[in-house]
Amino acid sequence: MIYTARHAIGKPVRGPALAAHDGFSARYDLDRVRGVFSRPTHKLAGQSYVGRILVLDTAKGGVASAWMLHEMASRGIVPLALVLNSVNPILVQGAAFGGVTMLVGFDGDITAQVPSGATVELDPGARTLRVL
Amino acid sequence: MKLNDLERSMLAGELGAATKSALEHQVKVGEFFGAAGFVPVTQAHIMADTESLGEPGIAWLESLGRGDGRVRVPTITDPRGTDFAKTSVLGHTARIVDLERRAIAAFRKLGVLMTDTCINYQTIQPPARGESVAFGDTGVVIYANSVCGARSNYEGGPSAVAAGLTGRTPRYGFHLDEHRRATLRIRTDFTPRTLNEWGALGGLVGRLAGNYWAVPYLEGLERVPTSDELKHFGAAMASFGSIAMYHLAGVTPEAVEPALPVAHRVGQAEVAALQAAYAPQGEIDVVVFSAPQLSLYELRELAAMCDGRRFRKPLLAVTSPQIKPDADRFGLTKKIEDAGGHVLAGMCFYQSYAREIAEANGWKRLATNSAKLVNILGGYGYVPLLASMERCVEAAEKGRL
Repeated sequence: MIYTARHAIGKPVRGPALAAHDGFSARYDLDRVRGVFSRPTHKLAGQSYVGRILVLDTAKGGVASAWMLHEMASRGIVPLALVLNSVNPILVQGAAFGGVTMLVGFDGDITAQVPSGATVELDPGARTLRVL
Repeated sequence: MKLNDLERSMLAGELGAATKSALEHQVKVGEFFGAAGFVPVTQAHIMADTESLGEPGIAWLESLGRGDGRVRVPTITDPRGTDFAKTSVLGHTARIVDLERRAIAAFRKLGVLMTDTCINYQTIQPPARGESVAFGDTGVVIYANSVCGARSNYEGGPSAVAAGLTGRTPRYGFHLDEHRRATLRIRTDFTPRTLNEWGALGGLVGRLAGNYWAVPYLEGLERVPTSDELKHFGAAMASFGSIAMYHLAGVTPEAVEPALPVAHRVGQAEVAALQAAYAPQGEIDVVVFSAPQLSLYELRELAAMCDGRRFRKPLLAVTSPQIKPDADRFGLTKKIEDAGGHVLAGMCFYQSYAREIAEANGWKRLATNSAKLVNILGGYGYVPLLASMERCVEAAEKGRL
């Protein structure tokens, strides 16, 4: 199955998806030392985000993610890519600065289309997400 | 994106390597959002606590300054990650202090003014209606757009640094008229009385609006809120919903009654429910007033409440470096600290290694009147309690809320 995004940035990647209809903020939601979702009320609480293609609803929270994606990438404790229904500028700025691949904006709710655990291929040049 | 001669020179490296890399970053972001070009900005404001930057971010800042990097417009900073005069109170390590010193040195080399404040609209210079700026704190952005009528997107640290270096930002989002119109109409029959209630109402509106591109129009308040009330209202709305602009009837310069049906009604019960969703009572380890930094008037109110008390639990009141000297001069700091509290300046609690502070001091149950703070701290392992300033002060004295 192939889905086309309206916006994309970064390099092609392939990896396991971790999906939930919830938001994303590096400061609010993550234990960036352990590499897990730490906000107790987050639908992915306790799960590792490292090396996963996160498929989530929208960007939440403040501006810190713009620095934090870069810092997380430097330690290798970082999502492989971000896929979102909508986004704020912070995550885009963070993805641009940290070199993290991101696809945003689909027809329909992308979190309902991509199951956790599925292998997913992202091609930002073509703005496509393929579930393998 | 369409570039003018100056921007082409920047991109060609004719104005130095730092400016070149800054514009390259801005072009990437601008193209993602389909920006047609750039808009000049009059000032930039950078969020850059070292917990967010990490060592790699600091090294990047240092690399900009090693060349000819220099900001082209007044560029100021959001709170730092510590108060150097209070590191022992916070339990900050030498490593944390060293990272902060390195970041400060790097910023100064770029010509950045270390204002260390998230309330620059109260302490430095509020932007005027229609003024395009590049602000890097969500609470600052939402206040600038919604109360001042200025124009800013959320500019994360690297982008705010870039805006300072180039004097411009990509023209998308809230720099464009079409994104500044109300998209959602909300009615309330409750006018909050305390700052925590203003924050809770803002948080509710933020949740209902739900994402950055929503502009909620709120009607029904019985009076014009003060600057401090709008500060808590907007900061919480931005925190809960990633909202960058609201329309408040009678306050927002661009607010006009929208041709939209009322989509939601919120009242006192909903505000109370949001607050009750956090631990409403019980033992506490620490009281924190922060997020946003306190104004002189908030410190005045707090000092009056502290007068004559003796705290059993730590109480931290965090303000800006601009306000702290006045608080000292007017005896407000002394009243708070005589009761056993601490007045800190130039930092903000959640931007100051909140997890490390908790581990160093054994703090878990934290009482505050900031809805923004309770929304953030759950992810750091705290059990936050949201209550009025008065009840929080009582909690510091009694050890429980």
